[in-house]
Amino acid sequence: MSDPLSAFHLAVSFSAFTDIDFWTSVGILAGTYAIFATGLQMNVGFTGIFNFGQVGFMAIGAYSMAILTAEHGVNFWLSLPISILIAIGFGLIIGLPSLRLRADYFAIATIAAAEAIRLVALNARDLTNGPQGIFGFDNSWNSVSDSIEEFIVDLGWTDVPSLFPLFLVTWVVAIVLIVGFSRIQRTPWGRVLRAIREDEDAARALGKNAFSYKLQSLAFAATTGALAGFVLALNLKFVVPDEFQPLVTFIGYVVLLLGGLANYWGVVVGSVILWTVLEGMRFVELPLSETKIAALRFMILGVVLIGLMAFRPQGAFGKREEMVLGD
Amino acid sequence: MLLMLHDLQSVSQRGINGLSLGAIYALGAVGLTLVYGILKLVNFAHGEFLTFGAYMAYLVNVTWGVPLIFGILFAIATTALLGVALEKLMWAPMRGRGAGMLQLVLMTIGLSFLLRYGIQFVWGTELRQLDVNVTDTVNFLDLRIGRTQLIVVVVGFVTLVATGLMLRMTLLGKRMRALSDDLELAEASGIDTSRVILWTWIFAAGLAGLAGVFAGAVTQLQPELGFELLLPIFAAVILGGIGNPFGALAAGVLLGIVIEWSTFFVTPGLKLAVGFVILIIVLIIRPEGILGRARTV
Repeated sequence: MSDPLSAFHLAVSFSAFTDIDFWTSVGILAGTYAIFATGLQMNVGFTGIFNFGQVGFMAIGAYSMAILTAEHGVNFWLSLPISILIAIGFGLIIGLPSLRLRADYFAIATIAAAEAIRLVALNARDLTNGPQGIFGFDNSWNSVSDSIEEFIVDLGWTDVPSLFPLFLVTWVVAIVLIVGFSRIQRTPWGRVLRAIREDEDAARALGKNAFSYKLQSLAFAATTGALAGFVLALNLKFVVPDEFQPLVTFIGYVVLLLGGLANYWGVVVGSVILWTVLEGMRFVELPLSETKIAALRFMILGVVLIGLMAFRPQGAFGKREEMVLGD
Repeated sequence: MLLMLHDLQSVSQRGINGLSLGAIYALGAVGLTLVYGILKLVNFAHGEFLTFGAYMAYLVNVTWGVPLIFGILFAIATTALLGVALEKLMWAPMRGRGAGMLQLVLMTIGLSFLLRYGIQFVWGTELRQLDVNVTDTVNFLDLRIGRTQLIVVVVGFVTLVATGLMLRMTLLGKRMRALSDDLELAEASGIDTSRVILWTWIFAAGLAGLAGVFAGAVTQLQPELGFELLLPIFAAVILGGIGNPFGALAAGVLLGIVIEWSTFFVTPGLKLAVGFVILIIVLIIRPEGILGRARTV
């Protein structure tokens, strides 16, 4: 905005399109949301339960890892599985009472549970350090990151971005998860989930404990939520309550719906499109202030969500035969 | 028990805070529950109606420098208009296409983004204050009570009682409740349902606009004002029995008082979490709501 001419002309700075550091960050963001939304896809696309509290699991994962590592000296790599187990524990605590409810009540109960988690993180200063958040949990990761960086430099790419190792790890995790979840979905267990989505009573009549399957589906979502939380924490290098607003879950739904329901690869498509567009907008120099541009990004997100639901409820690339919201 | 532990002054001051918060919740909840009952629409954009109302009052009261009473009337009118416009543009066409409930829920979330960040686009994120005296107090039976708070409580409760009477006594109120019970049956018995639906939006959005002005008057305006109130308003709706306007009125007031008094036991930052925990407990033990009728949930 410092250039007086650009304040009056719509200009696109093409040089920035080749800024590798910038696109590495965007890639990490897209990967984080792909991981985040993979669990949502199992819940919404394959089980038909409307988990609106996914960000709560992300918060639990990130905070558990940070607290165990930075405050209690637990080994970083050991803290990851423990944190996943804690997130699954919360998934069960939230799911046990609320999964018996009708879909709309479940949605409200889960968003309330996620907000309760964020408010506790904001106020339980002894545990979470309140709004200042937690730092210094990433030493072990940093040394691994440095080794990956050195390895890449040895391969001949000398100006590798410092976040590139995290980018690689994020996408390895995302792809492993998606391949794994797609396989799980083809097992008899996965087919029961789809049966529950199509007709819960019929699944019950066949002797399937629908409640238990839904609870397991929620536990899978808690797992991917926690994993996304780890990546977010390593990317930011701190964990603060403000990163876990309900907005995050809703962005997860936009990712899910853009890519299409009932298709795990859809979350990759959705996340890459969404973040490329949202972050790419930074290069369109609008004669507007920082806050206005931030607001505009979310207004576009809102319009995309309204438009998708009005005209393509199966998602931009979803198959209508497989799943349409609202049947 | 509260009186034994704390002095009368702070119990009653927080009681008044609770009543004003409760009035705001109740005004928000009654519209949300009517819209749910009649249209089966879980409206996540209802919070933004409050925010919109607050900024409309700000426009009149601060930008144009007109007394707040006109700001309040303007806020109610414009928010009601917004409700009607959205019904015509979005909800009626979507109902015509037979859209499912969760498809509509996600649309309301999109709409909530559009409205909230539209407000942020125009007014920015800075905290804004309506032209009200927030420090002036009134002495009442040796108790000092914030004047703005008192006005909110009085006007809020008059409006709540009037709303209750409207629903109970007038033909329109009876029709609204009939639609809420069974839309097809109401239509079959000759009620012009689309007109009643329009009036429901006028009431729901207008009352939300008023609640937003109140919330702005006792705190400050910012684009998340209404969204932050939405979950406790949902809690009041569910506590009162979803679709039951009288339940929502009572539960809103009750929830406001409980949340404010909970600050005697927990840090103020956690008072909303107390509300959510109450919501989740009620969902577990009595999902039809404290005042709701038992039915499948």
